Amino acid sequence: MNKIGEIVESTSTEFTAECYELHELPALGSLVKVTAVEMEIFGIVCQSGTAGIEPGRHPVARGKDEASEEAVYQSSPQLMKLLRSEFQVLVVGHIINGKTYQYLPSKPAHIHAFVQACSPEDIKQFSQSFDFLNIMLNNRLQIPTEELVAAGLREMSKAHADPHAFLIAAGKSLTVIFSGDYHRLKTILARLKQ
Amino acid sequence: METQPNQNLGIVVTGSVEKGTEVRLDSSASVEDMVVGRYVTIEGKKRRFFGMVTDISLGVTDEQITISPPDTSDTFTAEILEGTATYGTLHVLPMLTIGGEVTTINEGPQPVKTVPSHFSRVKLASEADMETVFGKEDNSRFFIGNPLDMETKLCLNLEELVKRSNGIFGKSGTGKTFLTRLLLIGMLQKSKATNLIFDMHNEYGWAGSFEGGKGGVKALKQLFPSRVAVFTLDEENSRHRGVSTDFVVRIGYDEIEPEDIGLLRQTLNLTDQAVEAVYQLKRHFGKGWMQQTLDISDAADVETLLQSMNIHESSFANLKRGLATIRRLPFLVAHAQTNAVDNILGYLDRGINVVLEFGRHRDITTYMLVANMLARRIYQRYQEKTEVAMAGKVTPPTPLVITIEEAHKFLNHDIANQTIFGEIAREMRKYNVTLLVIDQRPSAIDEEIMSQLGTKITCLLDNERDIDSVLAGVSGKNDLKTVLARLAPKQQALIFGHAVPMPVAFRPRDWGTAKSYEEFTHENSSEKKAEKDIKELFE
Ligand SMILES: Nc1ncnc2c1ncn2[C@@H]1O[C@H](COP(=O)(O)OP(=O)(O)OP(=O)(O)O)[C@@H](O)[C@H]1O
Ligand SMILES: [Mg+2]
Repeated sequence: MNKIGEIVESTSTEFTAECYELHELPALGSLVKVTAVEMEIFGIVCQSGTAGIEPGRHPVARGKDEASEEAVYQSSPQLMKLLRSEFQVLVVGHIINGKTYQYLPSKPAHIHAFVQACSPEDIKQFSQSFDFLNIMLNNRLQIPTEELVAAGLREMSKAHADPHAFLIAAGKSLTVIFSGDYHRLKTILARLKQ
Repeated sequence: METQPNQNLGIVVTGSVEKGTEVRLDSSASVEDMVVGRYVTIEGKKRRFFGMVTDISLGVTDEQITISPPDTSDTFTAEILEGTATYGTLHVLPMLTIGGEVTTINEGPQPVKTVPSHFSRVKLASEADMETVFGKEDNSRFFIGNPLDMETKLCLNLEELVKRSNGIFGKSGTGKTFLTRLLLIGMLQKSKATNLIFDMHNEYGWAGSFEGGKGGVKALKQLFPSRVAVFTLDEENSRHRGVSTDFVVRIGYDEIEPEDIGLLRQTLNLTDQAVEAVYQLKRHFGKGWMQQTLDISDAADVETLLQSMNIHESSFANLKRGLATIRRLPFLVAHAQTNAVDNILGYLDRGINVVLEFGRHRDITTYMLVANMLARRIYQRYQEKTEVAMAGKVTPPTPLVITIEEAHKFLNHDIANQTIFGEIAREMRKYNVTLLVIDQRPSAIDEEIMSQLGTKITCLLDNERDIDSVLAGVSGKNDLKTVLARLAPKQQALIFGHAVPMPVAFRPRDWGTAKSYEEFTHENSSEKKAEKDIKELFE
């Protein structure tokens, strides 16, 4: 199992996971999954970052006399324990008995559930339809939605045999969603282009 | 991508019985492959509809796209927008329902009384669909051409066609004559009707001219020597053209009736009084009125004559000038030895089609005079024969189709009720005679006569009034207008009316190649052979 983190906070629409290795964060927009009771929950990485473990205590700069970033960590090995990398995932669907549903699961993922990176097969199966785009576009996210959608689709396209055809198909779905908002559509399409 | 029969073109999105349906084109079908005049089927929930594409348009879901379209180099965006934010629509006029309910299967295609439901699939009509609608080539169906952009044969039921008078229209040089020749062959092969053709420009009997080609094309008698007789008004000219003629028509003055002169009022510049005088002179002199009128020269004689009949001198002078014009026609003789009418009837009775060539006499006066005179007498005979037949004694005469060119001259509003042709058109086929009228100015033909024409075939017309008059009373008129206006300037036509289940734009069969002649004459050879075999059997 290619686990990349563990859930530390979970709601129906989003969950937060902590990475097992500092800085080993999944790519923004990438598809990840969590195995839950009788289903797999899928989500898109919508935010990530690294900060000190203790709330309110801000890390301080330590590299004034060091030659490189690695040297900073080498001289203060405790840093690896005092810092943590976390990422947030927007839930976009689930699979039950091999069938994909691109809407929210009935129950949220458990705390301490393992988060896995998706294999190309997982991605292909999940991205057969583009209904998940609606969930992404209807959420208030911390980063601009257009960025996230474009990043997500570009990531997914890599798993497909014909990335161009995949992006065209995705673009067509976006056109339908954005009918009446041509300028926003154009912004996203410009970011989809490779 | 080329469109294939049965390929999905799109789905119905809106519609009404009156205005037809809008079909949203699938993104896989390119607008550029669509053509107006094409046939499509619509798979409704309960029935299949058969219709014609009458308009094609481009749509956008968002007006902004037209204001700031993607950059031409941005093929990615263009490809995405195509079929989603930008799309093609077809306007389809459903015309028939085919299949579906049990009753309609039994009765064949039915006129539409409803519209297909939302999102019904639309496909290009297949050969099989076309056959269901127009029928196959058979004993009464003649292959007249191919629907535009289709390989399918368009077949016309000629038995049905000749039951009513019909019209062929189109501006000059669009293919009326070629089309008419084709229909004549069709009638000759597939109907019981015989034809009498008043051939103003000598194009139907022996050979016709061919624009843009060397020499001419073969006409009826060269292809069907035993079924066609060529009569001529101008023997010398016919001989000069190498035509093998069967009869030289001479017309006696004594055969000209006051009605014939009345008809020429406009072309001979006659006053009403002068025409009135003709009737009086006829009453006075009887059969020889024309000869006698022309002969009087003695002033005193003239005066007594005019006084006795109360004819004004100027009217008489006007009439004499007119008669002198006619007299100059070389085929007019004081008294004809042979009777043209009897001869024509003789041929027609034997099932032989008659083409009357006018030779050099191509002016409208001559044409009207002769066509009207002969047709009137022939029609009289048909009336008599039909009446006798109705009394139950003999079989009615075989149907006769009379072909006239420049029909508006005979059938315009002012004289349509004076010419025999007006009468034939109005009486329908009461006496087994119908017309095939050919004209380039249909708007000049009397409206009532136009409405009597059963089937109309029209090549390109560009005058708005002509288009309106041809399409008057047809359902889906506006849609057909678009189709009519888009016809090629030659060898394309739109047919609608009685003999076809729905309007079709088509390309008439080629005429003029060795292959075409071979096909025309070959068509019935198997039938002929059977006939011959039967004959031999009984000999
Ligand atoms: N079915 C056809 N096969 C081959 N050529 C055709 C056909 N129909 C039309 N044409 C071409 O178009 C030309 C004009 O056709 P046609 O003489 O029938 O026109 P028209 O309408 O009778 O003209 P007009 O009004 O001058 O009598 C022909 O000479 C020929 O070149
Ligand atoms: Mg002609």
